[in-house]
Amino acid sequence: MKNHKILLAALALSLGAAALAQGGIQKGITIAFLPKQVNNPYFATAWKGGQAAIKEFAGIGKQVGPSDAGASSQVSYINTLLAQRQKAIVVSASDQNALVPYLKRAMQQGVKVVTYDSDVAPDGRNVFVSQADNDTIGRDEVKILAKQIGYKGEIAILSATPNATNQNAWIKVMQDELKKPAYKDMKLVKIAYGNDDDQKSFTEMQGLMQAYPNLKGVISPTTVGISAAARYLSTSPYKGKVMLTGLGTPNQMREFVKNGTVQGFALWNPEDLGYLASYAAAALVSGQITGKEGQKFKAGKLGERTIGKNGVVILGPLTVFDKSNIDKFSF
Amino acid sequence: MSVPQKPARSLLGWEAAILGLVVVALLIGSRLHEAFLTGPNLSNLSSNLVEIALIALTMTLVVVAAEIDLSVASTVGMCSALLGVLWAAHAPMPLALLATLALGALAGLFNGLLVTRLGLPSLAVTIGTLALYRGLAYALLGDRAVADFPPFWTNLGFGLVPGTQIPIPIVAFAVLAVITAVVLHATPFGRSLYAIGANELAARFAGLRVERTKLLLFVLSGLMSAFAAVVYTFRFSSARADNAVGLELAVIAAVLLGGVSIFGGRGSVIGVIGAVFLIGIIQNALTLADVPNEILTIVTGLLLILSVLGPNLAARVRTSRERRVARSKGGAP
Repeated sequence: MKNHKILLAALALSLGAAALAQGGIQKGITIAFLPKQVNNPYFATAWKGGQAAIKEFAGIGKQVGPSDAGASSQVSYINTLLAQRQKAIVVSASDQNALVPYLKRAMQQGVKVVTYDSDVAPDGRNVFVSQADNDTIGRDEVKILAKQIGYKGEIAILSATPNATNQNAWIKVMQDELKKPAYKDMKLVKIAYGNDDDQKSFTEMQGLMQAYPNLKGVISPTTVGISAAARYLSTSPYKGKVMLTGLGTPNQMREFVKNGTVQGFALWNPEDLGYLASYAAAALVSGQITGKEGQKFKAGKLGERTIGKNGVVILGPLTVFDKSNIDKFSF
Repeated sequence: MSVPQKPARSLLGWEAAILGLVVVALLIGSRLHEAFLTGPNLSNLSSNLVEIALIALTMTLVVVAAEIDLSVASTVGMCSALLGVLWAAHAPMPLALLATLALGALAGLFNGLLVTRLGLPSLAVTIGTLALYRGLAYALLGDRAVADFPPFWTNLGFGLVPGTQIPIPIVAFAVLAVITAVVLHATPFGRSLYAIGANELAARFAGLRVERTKLLLFVLSGLMSAFAAVVYTFRFSSARADNAVGLELAVIAAVLLGGVSIFGGRGSVIGVIGAVFLIGIIQNALTLADVPNEILTIVTGLLLILSVLGPNLAARVRTSRERRVARSKGGAP
């Protein structure tokens, strides 16, 4: 009798193992990526990572989506994916609310929903894979600049608009980070606002240099600001002497990194974002997680990840782009 | 003086072709993917095109009368924004809906007055108000989105008729389609639209109130856009200033593909409805079969060309035949 049970258990185990690929993920899971916009380099890069992960756990993946970023174009794709009986949808939402009723319907029919890059209301998805939290972004920016200027000198921030929620949250974290003893020789002298306008950011950067001749470094946590500031520096006598970092994309910053204006800047790595989203989707479909806080799952080369509050998984520290790696990225 | 002939009969050829194409598209669709001919998919398919279908009804009337309204999608955006603003300001929903419909009618009235009182071409006027109304939409709501509509209302946009797979807005569309068809094809008002579209001067001499008719058409077009805005807002539970961007092109494409002459005087409601569904079916079937976006865009483009070419060719064949008949009877061309 006892032998029987052991035999049965062994049989069940081996059967289970056969259906599971590496890391306890089922084989042949169908996963569809639905970005805000196809043919957009950022999402193409994320899909590259998503695809790599799907290959690792022997799933079946595809990317579909609208060519315009209209708020509702994604809905017909959700319905189509539902009709095709995909196991998981990985979506970057063009509208925080418009997709929710349709995603809810998908979840009712057993489809797992992961959002990446841009979330929907929490009851419209199982897990949100977030690029980075405010804390990480703010602290990483200060660390990068501190290294570039040798932890010494006057610094400034070139932000977007004075009431941009995300910018202000980051700046607050930066000010907090600067209180640490390691930065005692660094002084934040000015927060300027370029209003996410190329021209205005350019002249603000110019103004900063005139008003603070001893300025050693500038953080511009906005893609519009950093490229305008880099353009100004690259043609000014401050090129290579005043350090500039912030959030930018490799394609817009490449020439400034190569001509020595900018040593390094940061952003999350969209490839890793897609990679992590794929693993989250697979873990959901395989029943390893449901999206509750504290659950853990293995995400290939990114290691073990834990689900935080509200079903949010954070990708982690920013990726720094510099001369050594910038040519590997195109977005 | 050319007498506008009975449009339903003269267009039977093109209408039959459209309806035939719908059947062909359904057949091909069912071959492309096994999920195509299922209730839920057909339900989604029709739900996805309800706003286009609604506005196409009034656009048919407008284009038959040889005018055009390019501001419809911007009117949708503006009305959606107003609905959002009012709801966010805690206005009772019936009042907010009434104000939204009133704004749509007002937008149409403005178009109509510019066209009829100042004698401006509707193409130019509505290109202007296309920008104007979208601008007002952003002025109302900015880049915010209002989403917390009560489930009772969003369900009217999103839900199905209980016990069926029929989206609730499609029922509203069916009722309005019947009304529009009756008005266009079986009332003196409808006949006056064909007369105005075919030959405005002649219609004037015949004593038709051309200005008043056109004014009414633009008001109806604005009103229908406002109704579509309500459907859109509830269907996506999202009021945004950029709602329905570009929708006017889909509407006009469907109207032309449906056999309505861009020069006025010809067309029917059934042809336009057939065209709306034909475009929807093709896009749904191709998406379901994972046909890449580029191909989808190319197919839509080819359909647009067909929409101008097809009815035009049909009309040309018809005219030459009529001329031959006229000549053989010895009448003036």
